[in-house]
Amino acid sequence: MAAAAAVSGEALTAFLLRLADDHLIIGHRLSEWCGHAPMLEEDLAMPNMALDLIGQARTLYQYAGEVEGKGRDEDQIAYVRRERDYVNCLMAERENGDFAHTMLRQLHFAAFMQPLWQGMLSSRDERLAGIAAKAEKEVAYHIRHAGEWVVRLGDGTEESTRRMKAAVEALAPYVDELFESDAVTKAMAEAGIAPDPATLRPAFDAIVGPIFAEAGLAWVETQHGQTGGRQGRHGEALGFLLAELQHMQRTYPGMIW
Amino acid sequence: MYSQGLIGAKTETTEDEAFLAAFQARIDAEEKIEPNDPMPEGYRRTLIRQIGQHAHSEIVGMLPEGNWITRAPSLRRKAALLAKVQDEGGHGLYLYSAAETLGVSREEMTEELLSGKAKYSSIFNYPTLTWADIGAIGWLVDGAAIMNQIPLCRCSYGPYARAMIRVCKEESFHQRQGYEIMMTLARGTPEQKEMAQDALNRWWWPSLMMFGPHDADSQHGDQSMKWKIKRFTNDELRQKFVDATVPQGEFIGLTFPDPDLKWNEEKGGYDFGAIDWDEFWRVVKGHGPMNRERIAARQKAWDDGAWVREAALAHAEKRKARRAAAKMAAE
Ligand SMILES: [Fe+2]
Ligand SMILES: [Fe+2]
Ligand SMILES: [Fe+2]
Repeated sequence: MAAAAAVSGEALTAFLLRLADDHLIIGHRLSEWCGHAPMLEEDLAMPNMALDLIGQARTLYQYAGEVEGKGRDEDQIAYVRRERDYVNCLMAERENGDFAHTMLRQLHFAAFMQPLWQGMLSSRDERLAGIAAKAEKEVAYHIRHAGEWVVRLGDGTEESTRRMKAAVEALAPYVDELFESDAVTKAMAEAGIAPDPATLRPAFDAIVGPIFAEAGLAWVETQHGQTGGRQGRHGEALGFLLAELQHMQRTYPGMIW
Repeated sequence: MYSQGLIGAKTETTEDEAFLAAFQARIDAEEKIEPNDPMPEGYRRTLIRQIGQHAHSEIVGMLPEGNWITRAPSLRRKAALLAKVQDEGGHGLYLYSAAETLGVSREEMTEELLSGKAKYSSIFNYPTLTWADIGAIGWLVDGAAIMNQIPLCRCSYGPYARAMIRVCKEESFHQRQGYEIMMTLARGTPEQKEMAQDALNRWWWPSLMMFGPHDADSQHGDQSMKWKIKRFTNDELRQKFVDATVPQGEFIGLTFPDPDLKWNEEKGGYDFGAIDWDEFWRVVKGHGPMNRERIAARQKAWDDGAWVREAALAHAEKRKARRAAAKMAAE
């Protein structure tokens, strides 16, 4: 990363909120499986990943709250915003569907995050570099775990292959959004804080490509990618997720738990 | 979590006197029995039943607590609850492995759970209605589990005893965490305090039932004690639990839903009211508020997951075949 430009607190906060929301929302989705997994080993593995993701969300919200400087703590940011104020990518909020959907969603997200965290290891923002150092190790495990399942299911039985292909189709429209760049991501890149997502597609392809090849899955190109998450335009399912997530904070405002 | 007094195990056994005496001598010498050691069939059956019930309790126990993961009131509580429920799954896994050393498979045990043949701790047939129930379960249910399980760390069967040592450390962490949730609520706003009191009111009696029937009504206790599978009777453990728990509740200003609960200086323990055994047996026999839902949820996870498990097997077979073919081609 070349000459660093100064970055506004507002842009940094916006960037941190996107990342934090991504991690909270996909972590929440994974946690919905807890106790209902296809096998006991997955009842341990999915909460394990969810814990990593929620842990990352917490450190990001805490930092965002400090940069924002309005005295909001992690819970106030995570729980008491309106639906349109959540800026997670659409991939993160997609419903669990079957186990093939969940694992593929996780693979897509992790394969996006790994190069992003790797780029942030040398961030000029030391706090983010520290968060990235921990997260980068965790995301490597998520890629391995989800990737192994994509291979097993893609190259398993007739039924699992059919379901895996359906998941590829269903999630394809949400891939491109991950790599969108805008004023916020450009400001981060210019300041040497984080790589612009637009530069990460080759790294994503290098992770997902061999896994798909081993699974016998063909990549589905989509002409009609969905977008809007970063502007708070979400799918209908997010509102229900937030209704559950926010239930206690909304019903009993301002209490300590 | 939570083995309760064992329900319906057959301890009778048909080996000859000399074999049984030699086995009993090992038990009396506090030797650990290991998977390949000779053991009476009744001992094996009792352990399979008990460890299986215990494992099923861990797994079914994930459901009432899992019910609040997506609604936990703060990120810190959400992470802690997720970690706790994951721990319980881990306990289930060690326990199934311990039972497998006795010659029964996890799949067989799962089928017995789903068919209703195998039992699990009845406490999980009650619903978790508010966030305070998560505190109450940690404090009371994990607390009762610890009372049961600390002596099981010295159980005569080696794999079970070793599993319990690992499990107990985590259960006591869960108990402290649950109590801390209750304390936070009890010291919070009036609504929070009311929530905590309501949870205690609903969970107290079922927690006492976790120790199983009174000693006088418990059919299999004696043989289990003799074989040192159990070290204390149901009533002894229940009394220890009451004595440990009542001061904790009073310390945070909660009231136990038992007008007969009072300290008895002479016995150095609390006296408490009569347990509703009709309710206990009703719930054990499948008619508690959540029995159907719990088994239906496990059945659904099992059925919905069948294609995943089949795919994993099929994929492993394909890999093996490919490796073998590659090896042939190379030779
Ligand atoms: Fe237990
Ligand atoms: Fe447990
Ligand atoms: Fe526990």
